Amino acid sequence: MTRKLSTVDPSKKWSGPVREYDLIKELVIAVVVVGLLALSLAALFSSPDQKALTMQSWSKEAPADFVQTAAGELAGTTTSASYGPPYNHNGDNQNIGPVNLAKLAGVRIPIVPADSFVIEPLKLQTSDSTQAAIATWSAASETQRSDWANAYADALTKDGKALTLADPTGKFGPTPTLVTALYGMATSGALDGALTTSDSTLPTNFTKPLLFLADSGTYFPDKAGAEHLGGDQWGVMNETGSWPGQSWLWLYSFWYQIEPFKSSGNADILVMSLMGLLSLGLILLPLLPIIPRIPYWIPVHRLIWRNWYRKSAEKV
Amino acid sequence: MSSKQSWTGKVRGATLEKFEPEDLLPDHQPAYVASWIYVFGVSTLAALIMLIASGLYLTLEGPAWWHTSNVGHYVNSVHLWSVELFFVFMVVHLWGKFWMAAWRGRRLATWVTGCLAFFASIITGFTGYIIQTNFDSQWIATQAKDGFNAMGIGAFFNTLNTGQAILLHVSLLPLALGAIVLWHVILVRRKGVVPPIEEGGE
Repeated sequence: MTRKLSTVDPSKKWSGPVREYDLIKELVIAVVVVGLLALSLAALFSSPDQKALTMQSWSKEAPADFVQTAAGELAGTTTSASYGPPYNHNGDNQNIGPVNLAKLAGVRIPIVPADSFVIEPLKLQTSDSTQAAIATWSAASETQRSDWANAYADALTKDGKALTLADPTGKFGPTPTLVTALYGMATSGALDGALTTSDSTLPTNFTKPLLFLADSGTYFPDKAGAEHLGGDQWGVMNETGSWPGQSWLWLYSFWYQIEPFKSSGNADILVMSLMGLLSLGLILLPLLPIIPRIPYWIPVHRLIWRNWYRKSAEKV
Repeated sequence: MSSKQSWTGKVRGATLEKFEPEDLLPDHQPAYVASWIYVFGVSTLAALIMLIASGLYLTLEGPAWWHTSNVGHYVNSVHLWSVELFFVFMVVHLWGKFWMAAWRGRRLATWVTGCLAFFASIITGFTGYIIQTNFDSQWIATQAKDGFNAMGIGAFFNTLNTGQAILLHVSLLPLALGAIVLWHVILVRRKGVVPPIEEGGE
């Protein structure tokens, strides 16, 4: 027979049997043991450090992808160019129902990819042909610029391998000169500096080069895919190589693998909102219906406090 | 005017006078506090101490140091494995508290602060991952920006702004996490360890 602890009120201070305990000793032992464990794991397994990508590495390792992306920035066809808030007004970003939180927050990090990634860095170049191309580009109407850049971006994509294309009919305008000059800047390493120092000469903000890199059609995503970091590879919770990553984000990553999130154009805001709700549910779990009763129905506590229950039963 | 009516007196009354010295630094515990599950709470704290120690070392040397120094790489590895241990211990601790229905006896605030510590740890860990200044951090930052941007948060917290993320990771977020953890531990000490679930009872 097990003693019923009917007199135990969990809200009252415990007045039953006690045992000796040393809080400070316990903490010191825990720090020593966990510390030794962390030091040993670090010595045994180290940590990953795959070198950061640069405009230079991109342009050298995947030159066709670089020039196609640069032409796309001028044409306004890249992800950044049509992103919307917080970068620009060229898109709507995502909605949840009728609510668009990105628009409510507004454009606080202004990025106009054609200017920010291509024209502004090229203004640092001294080449007469580059400056003449910038002048022609700047003087043209938006429609004209779009026609030139789209024609060139399409032609580069169609060719697939070309770094520059001849323009006997002039339908590309100054675009080939601009793209080729930017490619030259990138391969020399100058573009990395230009993109990171445009706002401050001591760079701490990598928004521009990272947004540009994220527009890459193959270079950046292929590198990530090879390291199982892609969205469809549960990449959010992975790390490069075989090291453990942010495995605690498994549930966040899970929603991206299933419908309706997987194919939704509003997947990010839907998943973030759902995770926000679930998080709130965990915080307020004791106040929810049914769920707080589960520990009573599935008596794992009998295992946790098995010694106490056994001793209580022996005393009766 | 009695000291009880002064601001200092009121703060003292609401804080220090609520505790017995034995509550804060106990040398006895209820007899039922004898299970391996209790190890995970203090282990989480121990891993947090390792995290702060290794993080402070990295902070003293700067964000790029660990790329060029063997010692730096090792300290970074200690930081990484401390993070992994910290989350493993914390998740086991959280599950343990769920199965113990540890919110009983007016311990809702203890449960809430524990969950808040869990989420603050996730955000702090995330900012750590995007300030590694390597390929992994570049990829995580560019992927995560879409979620934050869609929620309107990206306009204020820009995952691509490494300087902002570094400052958050080493100042505001650890301070917030530390305060929540301290609050949680104080509540545990104040309310005591939840007693076993009675047979068929609350």
